[in-house]
Amino acid sequence: MATATKHPTETPIIDDDHKAVLDERYGYHVYEIGRFKFERDEYFVRVSYPKGTYIADVGNFLRSMMRDVAWGFFYGWVNFDDIFGTVNRYGSVDVFVGTYNAGYKTAGTDFVERFDAAKLLACFKSLLSDWTNEGYDPFAAPLETGTPYGSKNGNNDEAVNFQRELAERFVGLPGDTEIRTDERGFPVNRHFRDVVQDAPEVHAEPGFEGQLSAFSLFDYLARSPVTWNPSIVSCVGESAYCPTSEEHILPIQHGNDRVEWFIQLSDQITWEVGDKETGAPRAVVTMKAGDVSAMPADIRHRGFSPKRSMLLVWENMAPGLEERYGSGELPPTAAEF
Amino acid sequence: MATATHFASIEAYEKGGVEIVGAESPKRYLFSNLFEVAGRSRPWERVVVAKNLEFTIECAHAEGDSPWYICSHDETILAMQGEMTVYFIAPDDSDLKPPEDKQGARRLDVEPAGRIMSHVKMGRGHMALLPAGAAYQIRPQSLGVVLLQSIEGEESIERWAEICQH
Repeated sequence: MATATKHPTETPIIDDDHKAVLDERYGYHVYEIGRFKFERDEYFVRVSYPKGTYIADVGNFLRSMMRDVAWGFFYGWVNFDDIFGTVNRYGSVDVFVGTYNAGYKTAGTDFVERFDAAKLLACFKSLLSDWTNEGYDPFAAPLETGTPYGSKNGNNDEAVNFQRELAERFVGLPGDTEIRTDERGFPVNRHFRDVVQDAPEVHAEPGFEGQLSAFSLFDYLARSPVTWNPSIVSCVGESAYCPTSEEHILPIQHGNDRVEWFIQLSDQITWEVGDKETGAPRAVVTMKAGDVSAMPADIRHRGFSPKRSMLLVWENMAPGLEERYGSGELPPTAAEF
Repeated sequence: MATATHFASIEAYEKGGVEIVGAESPKRYLFSNLFEVAGRSRPWERVVVAKNLEFTIECAHAEGDSPWYICSHDETILAMQGEMTVYFIAPDDSDLKPPEDKQGARRLDVEPAGRIMSHVKMGRGHMALLPAGAAYQIRPQSLGVVLLQSIEGEESIERWAEICQH
């Protein structure tokens, strides 16, 4: 029986461990946490919950799960699609089916449970490891990896345990994250071989060594081994530059709990934007090199990048912003004119 | 080649845009193009192209030497176009540095007296730290465009109605 503690909002938080049982038909484990049950076969994931069943392509599901796990549930809503996803409550996490889908809400078939974040993360990490076969990398663009389909065939824990690099102040400062090089295992991606691989020159006078740092952001991004997975390269207070390389489709629809910004550094991404609560379409934002756009705090977005491109995501990491936007204290837009 | 990487410049940029579905307003997306903004600005105007509460990303048309600036907190510079050198001085006069509660860059009237810290040579795509308390000046070798990660201050210019899609 699930143990539950009370959150300040009176939503019970389930903090039981997950269960995993081998399904001998396909060789994968079946996972249970709370009243959710996750199963996979050769092509699909099937999630059972008290009000029904959710089914999805397992490739899309694993790509979404990979981001959710790697980002520690990220900011706000991680919609795997229009129906299933998670909401980060910072310390606890909601898992939902249909809660932010107008059709499910109207039909009353929506369902949500709140879990202790560490317990849910342990479940999802185990599932991701078990369900990812040898030769398949859910972080990679489809043209760069194998197939997610089929029965159990080894694993790819090196890929699913990839850690993104998070600078505390600035890349290259003593004690902070390092620049990317061949020697560190970051070769230039096939789509960025035409990007100039030069570097800035830092000429520090005696006594000032280590106080200044510079690097090529374009080279850094050209060497990104993953897609749709921002790193952090600089922080000014809570202002964080989170650049990332993008190719194919952002697997999730991200519903941020704060305003975020995109600066398209190279090539092009088209963003499909919907209402955060209902999923109703609101806009299509096409960004070309040099374009700048805000993503308001009341929408969900998903990107499409036909060629690997460079995107600068800009976040305000200040704790508590989710409550200030959620309560209406702050407007959902960054500025008005 | 289908996989050729495309960067833009003041002389060659192509702008995307916001297409609305239903009752949405494009103004909410504060959509602009940094090369267009820089091309329409006077040299070294620090035009805010992105704002997140007090934090800013400011875009500048880099032509001719910049003023000397100093800041109580870190900033960063990203060269989006052109080659340039950033010079750093540790000022002798500690009063030049704004107090901790004063945010954003402060413009200095003249080059401050002090110890030369370093210089950084940068080209397109290069990024450098502008550390708190160090006076800095940017000297472009040619027409350039830079993005400055900062906090709203007396040098920050907001002109959303002029730069954003309506």
